[in-house]
Amino acid sequence: MEVRQLIHDNYTLEEQYRVHETGTYNCRPLYRALGDRGFIERAIPGLGKGDPLELWALFNEFEKVDAPGDALSVIIILAGILSHVGSDEQKARILPSLLSGRSMASLGYSEPDYGSDLASITTRAERDGDSWVINGAKMWTTMAHEADWLVLLTRTDPSVPPHKGLTTFILPMDTPGISVQPVHTMGNERVNATFLDEVRVGPEHLLGDEHGGWSVLAVGLSFERGVVGDTNRGVSLLRRFHEWASAEGLMAQPAIRQRMASVAIENEVSKLLTQRSAWFAAAGKLPTVEGAMTKLFATKAYQHAVRCFHETAGPEGLLSFGDDRAAADGWLDYFSRHAPACTIRGGTTEINRNTVAERHLGFPRAR
Amino acid sequence: MSDEQQAVDELFESFFDKECSSQVVRHAEPLGFDPSLWAKLDALGGPAMGVPAALGGGGASCDVLAVVAERVGRAAAPIPLVDHLVASRALAAPSDEVLAGAQIATVAVRAARAGTWSLVPSGAIASIIVGVYERTLVGTRSDPPMAAPRNHASMPIADRSVEGGDVAIAADVAWDRVHNEWKVLTASSLVGLAHRALELGVGYAHSRSQFGRPIGAFQAVQHGFADLPGLVDGARLLVQKAAWALDREAGRPVTTIDPFDNEVTDATALASMAYLFASEVASTVTDQALHYQGAFGYSSDGDIQLYFRRARGWSLIHGDRDGELLELADVLFGAT
Repeated sequence: MEVRQLIHDNYTLEEQYRVHETGTYNCRPLYRALGDRGFIERAIPGLGKGDPLELWALFNEFEKVDAPGDALSVIIILAGILSHVGSDEQKARILPSLLSGRSMASLGYSEPDYGSDLASITTRAERDGDSWVINGAKMWTTMAHEADWLVLLTRTDPSVPPHKGLTTFILPMDTPGISVQPVHTMGNERVNATFLDEVRVGPEHLLGDEHGGWSVLAVGLSFERGVVGDTNRGVSLLRRFHEWASAEGLMAQPAIRQRMASVAIENEVSKLLTQRSAWFAAAGKLPTVEGAMTKLFATKAYQHAVRCFHETAGPEGLLSFGDDRAAADGWLDYFSRHAPACTIRGGTTEINRNTVAERHLGFPRAR
Repeated sequence: MSDEQQAVDELFESFFDKECSSQVVRHAEPLGFDPSLWAKLDALGGPAMGVPAALGGGGASCDVLAVVAERVGRAAAPIPLVDHLVASRALAAPSDEVLAGAQIATVAVRAARAGTWSLVPSGAIASIIVGVYERTLVGTRSDPPMAAPRNHASMPIADRSVEGGDVAIAADVAWDRVHNEWKVLTASSLVGLAHRALELGVGYAHSRSQFGRPIGAFQAVQHGFADLPGLVDGARLLVQKAAWALDREAGRPVTTIDPFDNEVTDATALASMAYLFASEVASTVTDQALHYQGAFGYSSDGDIQLYFRRARGWSLIHGDRDGELLELADVLFGAT
């Protein structure tokens, strides 16, 4: 498969080393190669020209080999939002740089005080003639230190119910008044805090309708949950564990074989649920409920599998990349550090459960 | 769903809605067989639908039979349709009685020991048994006992002797094929059990009030339900994929088994995965749905207990879960 070959050719050992050293999960040569061959454009819901499962297929290939898809997922989320709600002028100005793999983006949604409760964010955009002046702080702005574009969720009307007073902007990262500070995670990723100090933006930066930020957010989240990431990580886990277990002579142990067979089943189910979400997105629908179901199942199954395999490995499973004795070359240590993020980022388990409970099972809002 | 699946689904939905209330299920216990419901199914061509058209049957493919099996599960219908569909497809020349369901056929899913197939599904009511005896796939005819040992799921199970009149098996049918079809269709009926159990549990949480509001308004209860629809949908998708693999198996024997690349198209692997996963899902969903119905769910008057017990019965009748996982591991990773 061509994507697999492009990953193999462009995600070199040097790039892998850089990613793990810096915690910046991108790969510019790979993204350019994908963009030049049209793979990014084909994957965007609403723009897709090829098979409707292009989006799923692309991320599936990334996750199978642990290639850095974080930045690519944001590119695709932003391009998906633009194709749904962007103006023609914005599409012409911004989309080409995203689809060619030349530009990256960062999502400025969460804040120090508001994460799951996004409707309550306080970053303020105040109207000044036909422009706005923005002040505030955003958290977990992954890729902000590498990005060309920043998507910003702001409050434009504090006098109405929280979700009705929000507005989304898309602005260049070099807009005066934006500063980025590094934040590091247990999983060796660099995320960031991004500060906005008297940032002035014009109507060309408005993404969707003024005070329509909540629906713009929903468009992006529907791709993020259960489509573009964290739902097929068990494949690489099973492969790397099997390589280690084979080398250690453990493949005759019934308990290990049973656990591996269970993980293979869960991987297959995760794949089928993810494909279903991708079908919805490719058909122009928002797979809000389907994505939530997918993420709930796949992330919990993955975390359980990581824990079981890590426990099987014993002390050598504690050793990190670069140590000859490390179980699975250090991948079990890495997976175990990284797994907790899967039920947090892109919508926590609890938020996804609310979505299924309210929108699918018809239960009343319980917040 | 395809147009054909859709049409069959609607047909069986209305049949079971009209003919198979939970009272019917209850009255059929403890044997777990309702002869009059079974007889009515013949008018739909139900018992014959899996048999090839050339042999006088409906010629339905596995993906369509899986839809029927899910409807059986949703109704917890006390009829041996899944067993009969699979066994009748394996016969070289199914008789008119078999096509009409007047003679029931079933599958002995475990190999015979000392001349006996033990605890055969539908063994209490079936005249024809298809199963493995001394490493050979055989068919045998004898009178059914019409009585079952008291069991968890009120299933019409019974020990059956391999002795009896010979019934010819179709030349192109192998045990693997029969076994895989049984697993996939039983898995589909387990998905049906889980689907209906979830409806029962959620419906109860909407209507039952405590502390002045429906218990479904409490987030603790909501979150206890919220993981379940994804399990049911995931199991259904896996069953459909396994049925697809069975349907294409005849024409295209080249399949993939690569769990390390998440590419599995082999019917034996997928049938085992579907059966294991649907079993787990049916047990989990019925467990949760019963719990949230409190003491009403636990009482014999509640319908959820009918589903809870069958979720375990239809899963365990094939064998123990650990053993099935080891067999799947041999298929996926190679035997040790």
